[in-house]
Amino acid sequence: MSIMKEENIFSKELIAFIEEWKEKPGNLIMVLHRVQEEFGFISRESADKVALMLDMPLATIYGVLSFYHFFKMVKPGEHNIQICLGTACYLKGGDALVDELTNLLGIELGGVTEDGKFSLEGVRCVGCCGLAPVISIGGEVFGKVTKDQLPGIISKYN
Amino acid sequence: MNIVHMKINGMPVEIEAGSNILAAAKKVHVNIPALCYHPDLPAWAACGLCVVKQENSPKLLRACATPVQENLSIITHDAELYQIRKTVIEMIMSTHPNTCLTCGRNGTCELQRFAAEFGVREQPYEVRLVDLPQDTSTTSIVLDPTKCIKCGRCVQVCQQMQGVYALEFIGRGDQTIMSPAACLPLNDSPCIKCGQCSAHCPVGAIFEKDETRTFVRAVSDPDKHVVVQIAPAVRVALGEAFNLPAGTITTGKIYAALRRLGVAKVFDTNFSADLTIMEEGTELVKRLTTGKGAIPQITSCCPAWTDYMEKFYPDMIPNFSTAKSPMMMQGAVTKTYYAEKAGVDPARIYSVAIMPCTAKKFEISRDDNMQASGFADVDLVLTTREFARLIKASGIDFLKLTDEEADSPIGAYAGAGTIFGNTGGVMEAALRTAYNLITGEDMADVNIEAVRGMEGVRSGEVDINGMKLRVAVAHGMANVGTLLDEIREARDSGKEPPYHFIEVMACRGGCIAGGGQPYATTDEVRAQRIAGLYTDDEKSETRCSHQNPEIQQIYKEYLGEPLSEKAHQLLHTTYHERKIYKK
Ligand code: SF4
Ligand code: SF4
Ligand code: SF4
Ligand code: FES
Repeated sequence: MSIMKEENIFSKELIAFIEEWKEKPGNLIMVLHRVQEEFGFISRESADKVALMLDMPLATIYGVLSFYHFFKMVKPGEHNIQICLGTACYLKGGDALVDELTNLLGIELGGVTEDGKFSLEGVRCVGCCGLAPVISIGGEVFGKVTKDQLPGIISKYN
Repeated sequence: MNIVHMKINGMPVEIEAGSNILAAAKKVHVNIPALCYHPDLPAWAACGLCVVKQENSPKLLRACATPVQENLSIITHDAELYQIRKTVIEMIMSTHPNTCLTCGRNGTCELQRFAAEFGVREQPYEVRLVDLPQDTSTTSIVLDPTKCIKCGRCVQVCQQMQGVYALEFIGRGDQTIMSPAACLPLNDSPCIKCGQCSAHCPVGAIFEKDETRTFVRAVSDPDKHVVVQIAPAVRVALGEAFNLPAGTITTGKIYAALRRLGVAKVFDTNFSADLTIMEEGTELVKRLTTGKGAIPQITSCCPAWTDYMEKFYPDMIPNFSTAKSPMMMQGAVTKTYYAEKAGVDPARIYSVAIMPCTAKKFEISRDDNMQASGFADVDLVLTTREFARLIKASGIDFLKLTDEEADSPIGAYAGAGTIFGNTGGVMEAALRTAYNLITGEDMADVNIEAVRGMEGVRSGEVDINGMKLRVAVAHGMANVGTLLDEIREARDSGKEPPYHFIEVMACRGGCIAGGGQPYATTDEVRAQRIAGLYTDDEKSETRCSHQNPEIQQIYKEYLGEPLSEKAHQLLHTTYHERKIYKK
């Protein structure tokens, strides 16, 4: 519980940022962007706080949060696995990797494992099509990945 | 007023600038099909069903979102438009399940109507449905996201007309749903259960919780003594479900229908509206003359409004009249005064209320004060729409019924009681009696035009023997904010309150346009229903609550006087701050 609390404390800089953007049109997206930068995702508590600070209905905030894939509403796992779903990766079997990973981890795309270790995210082209299909875990990129390699890659992080 | 001249299918039309093409077509008796558009709301132009052609131009226009223009010439119907519209309907159907037979809107659905009129016989497009469960978390309405055609009406109603922001479009593309923030259950959201979303939804994606079966079981249970009350607004709207014009007064037929349905006693909420005036009017006069209690006093008979205040303006609790709503008062005296008088065990009494309102389904269990008699004061609430279905399902030929009277001793009403159903009516009724309480005399003219009308916020001054009473009326929940902010500001800066007495109703037009009333309510229909109530008022033998003989009787025999200890115990309540989001 105490960890949860700490996570939702807005830093002085964040508060100053929100104050600064409060009166500007289009502020909501900027503010949410900044909140996600700070916490890696936007929790219900953070959304509540933004609603209060901007004097805006919570429903409006969730309307925007859910409209952009960019915003994450659940805390990513300790190791966020990004699967490239750009055209090249997709053609070279990216979707098979998705199937295998959902199988291995027991979560859907966008989900987080119960122990909080892994999360799964589909992303647009990461810019290394030559290595397709690509996955990236916490910044480390794996190219030309086959289904069979996946258990091995994951075990490195376990 | 700026008049624009244009043509619809070659016919000349003169119409006010700023109107849309739908309205212009109506003037020459042409109906352009429209599905996402509702005259209560700004055009959203989402569905594309209302497309029309501009003559000599290849452009297709959306009639709902296109304002009229001088010399504009519009074609509303031809073979091509017919084909486009049919395609639009088929495409909407490709995201909509074919479950009409079990749908809450079977027979009243706007999509079903268009599919029938356009003779759709097959679904040419691949069907892709949203797979999500119904939200049955409130006691008032059900959300069924699988049925939603994303017309946007409910979100606009909830945000713009009601100012609640319980609903929003969540997600995008074909995965969009209308839902509370964070996909919470509706009951944990700020929803005030007004049901305006259900009254505006064109399809079965939001509808009232149907409890007609509970009623049928109750009347067939020999151990239950079923007693019914009907709200003011029901009598001028129920007829619409039987093809009568809006505003037709059907009180006598409703009483007759209820007896045929097998209830033991037929009473009328209008009686308790008079009772509310006695209590609330006396409370107002007491606040004004003793200086005790917050000014302005604000009416509390609308449960959606009460819920809104408890969530968004809890600092106004001291300003709220402690008087319960007429429905709850009626329930309380049914299981005490009536039970004693008739020698019926209150434990056997099953108390039913026929209401224009979905929030009333929530009100009966909003807190423990709703069991003042020692039992649930009201056991069941049916909306006007449910009641209409019940009458039809029971084989009652409603239009042929001979008018009957309500039962004594809690069935008679004054004209004041009946106008409780429309905006300004509670104010007018209260002023009629307050005048008498202050001066000891009755008003020479009881028609108080100053508080009548349809503007969202109205204010005025009423002279009671030299005492200048400043009053204000608000309806449509989103309109109340300016009024309350004005009061707050005066209070916080130590200034004299801008008003003495304020009436608030959550629904535009008041209960006559409540969330449980027959569908297709527009301002035109509102005006007709309101006119119906004023006619009922004018026809009444007595116009003021304190003149109602049964009201005089209940005080003499049972309650003593207004605000007596007994009255407090049965007829008054308390309010509590509630969280805007439960979790
Ligand atoms: S019942 Fe009223 S407050 Fe609740 S969602 Fe519907 S319109 Fe909004
Ligand atoms: S729930 Fe009804 S009113 Fe709301 S968007 Fe869907 S179809 Fe329209
Ligand atoms: S105005 Fe009337 S119908 Fe509407 S919520 Fe209030 S009590 Fe119900
Ligand atoms: S009614 Fe005009 S676009 Fe839907």
